[in-house]
Amino acid sequence: MINWSIIIEMLPAFWRGLQITLILLCTAGLAGLALAVPLSLARASSHPLLSWPVFIFTYILRGTPLLVQLFIIYYGLPQLDIVRQSAFWPFFRDPFFCAWLAFTLNTTAYTTEIFAGAIRNTPAGEVEAARAMGLSRTQVLRDIFWPGAWRRALPQYGNEVVQLMHATALASTITIVEILRVGRDVYYNHLVITESFGMAAVFFLALTVVLTLIFRILEKLFLRHLDPRDSANVSPSETTKVTVNA
Amino acid sequence: MFHGYLPMILDGLRVTLSVAVVSLAVASVFGMMGAVAKLSASPVLRAVAGTYTTVIRALPDLLLMLVIFYGGQILLNTITQAQGWGYVDVNAFMAGTITLGFVFGAYLTETFRGAILAIPRGQIEAAQSIGLSRGQVLRNVTIPQMVRHALPGFTNNWLVLLKATALVSIIGLDDMMHRASLASAATREPFTFYMIVGAIYLAITTVSILGLGALNWRMSRSLRREAVG
Repeated sequence: MINWSIIIEMLPAFWRGLQITLILLCTAGLAGLALAVPLSLARASSHPLLSWPVFIFTYILRGTPLLVQLFIIYYGLPQLDIVRQSAFWPFFRDPFFCAWLAFTLNTTAYTTEIFAGAIRNTPAGEVEAARAMGLSRTQVLRDIFWPGAWRRALPQYGNEVVQLMHATALASTITIVEILRVGRDVYYNHLVITESFGMAAVFFLALTVVLTLIFRILEKLFLRHLDPRDSANVSPSETTKVTVNA
Repeated sequence: MFHGYLPMILDGLRVTLSVAVVSLAVASVFGMMGAVAKLSASPVLRAVAGTYTTVIRALPDLLLMLVIFYGGQILLNTITQAQGWGYVDVNAFMAGTITLGFVFGAYLTETFRGAILAIPRGQIEAAQSIGLSRGQVLRNVTIPQMVRHALPGFTNNWLVLLKATALVSIIGLDDMMHRASLASAATREPFTFYMIVGAIYLAITTVSILGLGALNWRMSRSLRREAVG
């Protein structure tokens, strides 16, 4: 049934497609993460001048299809004279840059809301207790506030990274040869499903499994205190130490 | 304004909304079947439903759409040719709605499963013990409460599904996105037309959030009274 010669012939192309997908995922994911940290602080702030502009940004980005955002950046922006005459014009002519920009803005919006939710759910007593123990503001932020928020955000953030990986398939619509584009090209050349889209599906499935495993390990590392089997194994001396500290 | 292309875009909005609503109906059917299968006693049904939700949720929407569209076409023609019926062209609207419905059915399966599990077991037992039939229990006890528990997840899935309708232009449906690309090509103003499409999507999202939020508020009023009392 399966035509293995097509698969073997196209394997190098799929391999290059995988690399493009991974580069898009990593660059957009890291940029989104870096932007979401300050933005989520502003979003969770009680000051309306800080939280509202961020809310409007995330609302618009989360309320419109990513494909529309991608087309506005790639096809739409060149219509504007300001863009064509600016120093950034060479960037906006590049489909890869446009895809990266669209994915970064989109994942920033979702990640900001996830982090802002985690920040809002910080128990006030946790921060108050740390302050009462004499920790400085920076110490509270670094040792209490951010680690707690990160732990609360981690499961949802893992989902968002998988969603971002799936979203990179849209880059195929603006001429970028990532995994799905390779699959489509094989389909148009040979008119076979399994060897084209089936192969692309295998790659995406594998990426989903790997990402899920990575986040499961991260959750094990950061959320170990919630594992009932682990806390059951705490030795008596450790229990006493905890009680004394509390 | 907009070189007279606005009516054409709004006509495409009708297609987009029809795709979204019909897909949601198809997805609800797949979701309900999936949820019942996942909660059934039969290991085969559970395995089928488990594979369905896991595989669908692990793949990009666009890939699934292309696979089901092209794959479905090939499959259908293999069958019709074997029967001697000749070539059948798959209708793009049907292909789009069935695909979106099948994909989002996997997400709704989880929503519905959770909603059924959220109903206290004792209520169903109580209904059975006062002599209600299986159908009556389902109609009068399970479904009304399931709707309330499922509504937040259902709202979320509707919002994601709505945005996914932008993809149907890729498999040849004449929706808002496709109209915008035609208008862009004719006027050389892609920014204007894609911004209009974006604004329309944002408006539908906002109306959906407000409407379904109000519905959720109404449906959970018994819970609020409990919380106050």
